[in-house]
Amino acid sequence: MSSPEAKPYPGTQAVDHGKARADEWPLFEIFIRGQHGLSHRHVGSLHAADAEMAIKNARDVYTRRNEGVSIWVVEAAHIAASSPEEKGPLYEPANDKVYRHPTFFDIPDEVGAM
Amino acid sequence: MYAQMIKSTGQGVKSLEEMDPQERAFQERINAGGKIEPKDWMPEGYRKNLIRQIGQHAHSEIVGQLPEGNWITRAPTLERKAILLAKVQDEAGHGLYLYCAAETLGVSRDQLTRDLLSGKMKYSSIFNYPTLTWADMGAVGWLVDGAAIMNQVPLQRTSYGPYARAMVRICKEESFHQRQGYDIMMKMAKGTDAQRKMAQDALNRFWGPALMMFGPSDENSVHSAQSMAWKIKMNSNDELRQKFVDECVPQAEYLGLTVPDPDLKWNEERGHYDFTQPDWDEFFDVLKGNGPCNTERLAARNKAWDDGAWVRDGLMAHAAKKRAAKLAAE
Amino acid sequence: MSTAIIDPNKGDLFEFLCRMGDNTLVLGHRVSEWCGHAPVLEEDIALANTALDLIGQTTLWLDLAGKVEDAGRDADRLAFHRDVWDFRNLLLVEQPNGDFGQTIMRQFLFDAWHLSQLTALMESSDAQIAAIAEKSSKEVTYHLERATDTVIGLGDGTEESHRRMQNALDLLWPYVGEMFVADAVDEAMVAAGIAPDPASLRAAYDTLVNDVFTVATLTRPESDFGHRGGKSGKRHSEHLGHMLTQMQWLQRAYPDATW
Repeated sequence: MSSPEAKPYPGTQAVDHGKARADEWPLFEIFIRGQHGLSHRHVGSLHAADAEMAIKNARDVYTRRNEGVSIWVVEAAHIAASSPEEKGPLYEPANDKVYRHPTFFDIPDEVGAM
Repeated sequence: MYAQMIKSTGQGVKSLEEMDPQERAFQERINAGGKIEPKDWMPEGYRKNLIRQIGQHAHSEIVGQLPEGNWITRAPTLERKAILLAKVQDEAGHGLYLYCAAETLGVSRDQLTRDLLSGKMKYSSIFNYPTLTWADMGAVGWLVDGAAIMNQVPLQRTSYGPYARAMVRICKEESFHQRQGYDIMMKMAKGTDAQRKMAQDALNRFWGPALMMFGPSDENSVHSAQSMAWKIKMNSNDELRQKFVDECVPQAEYLGLTVPDPDLKWNEERGHYDFTQPDWDEFFDVLKGNGPCNTERLAARNKAWDDGAWVRDGLMAHAAKKRAAKLAAE
Repeated sequence: MSTAIIDPNKGDLFEFLCRMGDNTLVLGHRVSEWCGHAPVLEEDIALANTALDLIGQTTLWLDLAGKVEDAGRDADRLAFHRDVWDFRNLLLVEQPNGDFGQTIMRQFLFDAWHLSQLTALMESSDAQIAAIAEKSSKEVTYHLERATDTVIGLGDGTEESHRRMQNALDLLWPYVGEMFVADAVDEAMVAAGIAPDPASLRAAYDTLVNDVFTVATLTRPESDFGHRGGKSGKRHSEHLGHMLTQMQWLQRAYPDATW
């Protein structure tokens, strides 16, 4: 969403935030509920050809395959936002691949913070 | 770090009194540590600056996949292969978060991509250097990701909401990147003679370019001053570079490797290391397109884009057919 | 699975485990080649996930193979120090990536077999094999789902995407037959209740792929002739040797180093 006075970026067809351009995959906002979560949280967005693909992409991009996860995708154009304040997306740890975690590596204390 | 070729109006930072009420309210919100969100009013300069910076940050992640991607198929063990692949995959993910943040400002990811591919937008200069040995995987993780972290941690407090939130997610993942690089350096530095030599050689080649990542001194830069006032930039280039050197030197000492700077010396008075500035002529050459790998990097990205056009088009066409069939059925 | 269980000899079991592990090793390597070069970011990430799964499965299968062989070799030793004639992967997975369509078609044709094999292995008389199969089948279920979607999406997409997918199918179909041919090693695994008879998986495979081809508007090639020599190791394609020169180079060049 651009501010009212904004001019479209050179070369970009001006569209309202999230609306699909003719030659591009539409934008989807992604909401994830983790195994121990009680509700879905917004984690970010991505592009996909349709909602089904968006769910699969979301699984790959935002969960690194956590099991028991629930994913909602909404085409950005369909979201009606009321207030300018958005709650931030939150981090979903990937438990399967343990080397993704900094604690997997044994960095000696002498080396300093890393 | 990603602000190369970003220009402000060049007129210097306005004081609050000089601003009209709308801009004053905007600036006061930033001064108070508040966030600017996509639907808020913002000066055109702020918006343009952000598109450029976030876009170039995103491009850096994507192009940054290439130097390390270069060694995935030659990784020496199954575990190293998996770790490196996971790291490079993360870079793609970071690019994705950042493109999405940029898109909230009214530009499309495809347009940003086209601007990268045509050379109109830049990416971090460091990725124009080649990765020649497995030790380079260590040096890149340790130094390049290390420098990126130094820049990114403060950016979690940047004024633009979507950018700040993308940075939070990225920072959580980035620490693993630096540690895996340092882990490789440790293994090599304490390994065979050949491995030790490889590690030292990697450090020799990446030290200067890593220092260059922070950009030349911007004490007198009008553009930097505006970016700082808008909290799009959180620290000066020299500040970050000094912090980076101070952290890396003990890390190099632990490895038993020599930082390739004969004038590197602890300065008791300053409480920092004195060090030699990197070769800024080389830096500007690389920016101009004369780095060792500029041509290859852009060629690789152009090829991926061009070769992939039929895939993107095919999947879009299929989605359209599905939608039409659904409507017809109703 | 037969009810009379005969203990397999070590050699046959080792062969069988290498077949499973070499498939995932070679295919994982091939898929990882796309990292940084995929048609779209989301696909780059998805392919990397597939490759990561396959590399993880490789470690499980080949570590077990090394234990069974009991000659001091682990997964890394087997992966990085055997030559072409000792590899036991299917010819299908060593085929080069080609264009994205060829990669996805190769993935689909393999995943459809791989999932049915793993599902059967979950009932294996060997508890360790059953455990590896159970973990892997969760991952491979997703691989097959994704590959199926993409085959359909591109098969029934634009004229160009359709043409490329048909070409890919025509090119790779001759490598399908090998997955369902039983040899002495397979017979030993069946007798031991460890693994299914490969031929028994063919009917369900045909049903699955035929359904997908129909939706994807692709034409299944007429001949079911299948090249052989991969899983027996008797004759790999020229591609495998080149792949190994990349994959194994560091370990071979610095044999006294650890990484």
